[in-house]
Amino acid sequence: MSTLTTNYLTPTGREEAWRFTPLKRLGGLHDGSAKIEDRNSLSYSGSSAGVSFDRLSRALAPTLTEIDDVIVSRIRDHASDVAVLTIKAESEIAEPIYLNRIKGGLASAELSRVQIRIESHAKATIIIENNGGAVLAEDIEISVAPGASLTFITLQEWDAGSIHAARHHAIVDRDATFKSIVVTVGGSLVRMLPTVDFIAPGASAELLGVYFATSGQFFEHRMFVDHKVPNAKSRVNYKGALAGDQAHTVWIGDVFIRAAAEGTDTYELNRNLLLTDGARADSVPNLEIETGEIVGAGHASTTGRFDDEQLFYLMSRGIELEDARRLVVRGFFNEIVSEIGVETIQERLMNRIDDELAKAGK
Amino acid sequence: MSTLEIRGLKVSVDTENGAVEILKGVDLTIKSGQTHAIMGPNGSGKSTLAYSIAGHPKYAITGGTVTLDGADVLEMTVDERAKAGLFLAMQYPVEVPGVSVSNFLRTAATALRGEAPKLRTWVGEVKDAMEALHMDPSFAQRNVNEGFSGGEKKRHEIMQLELLKPKIAILDETDSGLDVDALRIVSEGVNRAKDSNNVGVLLITHYTRILKYIKPDFVHVFANGRVVEEGGPELADKLEANGYAEYVGA
Repeated sequence: MSTLTTNYLTPTGREEAWRFTPLKRLGGLHDGSAKIEDRNSLSYSGSSAGVSFDRLSRALAPTLTEIDDVIVSRIRDHASDVAVLTIKAESEIAEPIYLNRIKGGLASAELSRVQIRIESHAKATIIIENNGGAVLAEDIEISVAPGASLTFITLQEWDAGSIHAARHHAIVDRDATFKSIVVTVGGSLVRMLPTVDFIAPGASAELLGVYFATSGQFFEHRMFVDHKVPNAKSRVNYKGALAGDQAHTVWIGDVFIRAAAEGTDTYELNRNLLLTDGARADSVPNLEIETGEIVGAGHASTTGRFDDEQLFYLMSRGIELEDARRLVVRGFFNEIVSEIGVETIQERLMNRIDDELAKAGK
Repeated sequence: MSTLEIRGLKVSVDTENGAVEILKGVDLTIKSGQTHAIMGPNGSGKSTLAYSIAGHPKYAITGGTVTLDGADVLEMTVDERAKAGLFLAMQYPVEVPGVSVSNFLRTAATALRGEAPKLRTWVGEVKDAMEALHMDPSFAQRNVNEGFSGGEKKRHEIMQLELLKPKIAILDETDSGLDVDALRIVSEGVNRAKDSNNVGVLLITHYTRILKYIKPDFVHVFANGRVVEEGGPELADKLEANGYAEYVGA
């Protein structure tokens, strides 16, 4: 395997992909100055039939994709082994599969390669729980084989101070279904790159996300859906709330419909709720279309404040302002949080959202 | 026994051309068990009266008083007014995405009663209220007013009137957009609230047809931001025959 060491260029912040990111706060993940420790922190403690979790040398787990992201390049250059989760063909795993990062720490950084392989006609839900303090760069490659179905949930419930840069790249094969839910409610800086590559017709992908940034937090979600085969369907729906001085979120939705991708059906949506002054939400949908022979393609982006009429309606029924705001914010996020389908997690996230809102109210 | 007393109420709204006075000195007294109909042409300020009493921030009170059993309503926040016993059934109830009717009702009942209603009795209460208004049980799981038809929105408002048990209820054009069957069902709900809770009702309407179902004790004709004529139920018959022409432009 060739090394990329001499090839990658440290971003300056002027590049399109980096123009929003406060590079100084990346903990040296982008420029190689981070102190790296091999923690192999990702763990699987379940024992479901049809599920295997191994740590393979990189020779046995070659990369599935090319990527020009500098952080991913550094991860690939460095990581000597790969955490590989495989769902065997035809296996339907009823209960969610939990992956946790058990060892963290802010003093050094972890560069982690992960592969998730959903074999043909298998079906599973995978939940990665990220919490505590960590500096983490992640390259997660996901292959969803023909007819398979994966719901992939990542929960960024980091403590303050954590830094997390991740790429989730899904390769979705014929008639396969990929659904991703990204939740980012904690950390100092979180930069997620959920990307989808359709490699055969009949595939579909749904990218959902919620984020809530308070004072001083920077959360970036930058997705790319590559329609390069016919008759694939994609939906993107990200909802964010911001409160407090210097809270900053970035949502970029790049969808590319190539000339060969006839019959594409795509829609992307980003909605932001600005709860206080001093917060900033950047929202940039990009749709590039090379063929007119499609089912549909659209995008929408809105950024608004609390709806006074909603608050008035709730308060006119005796509900206090603070409770009314909480109801409205919970309601705003409910559409996506309820898709997680695990009651305890949904309640935990809603409580976290209440806490973030309460912090912002002070 | 409660009394809502409105004295010399003046209200203005901000427009592009500065503040415009909508209410020009309104006097009204509503007591428990009484039903007052306020009738008037579009644009006469009827809804402004309703929203001002409820405390909508869009309306600036420039004069007069509103008291409920002597307490200064105008000094209260919106939720305090509801806790004091006021209720506004809105003409255009607001959608609250992601918040279920069931969650909303329980949160409101908890706020108004000072403690969460006991789950077992509460479920029964809601079920009875919904059945009485011919609402499907699945309604409780839908998001507040989201995708509701006009009739469903009004039933939902009256269901709240029955569950939340205010002292004085203002019904702002509750009859608008209802077909005959829905009008009857909604009116029966209002009459139940009158019978069981002795609620005082301020019924704002453009048309007389709802008065066939909800009998007013007093009728007030509203035009150009004030009450221009008052009388008993017979005044409604006169309006039915003659319309508002004689009050408009006068």
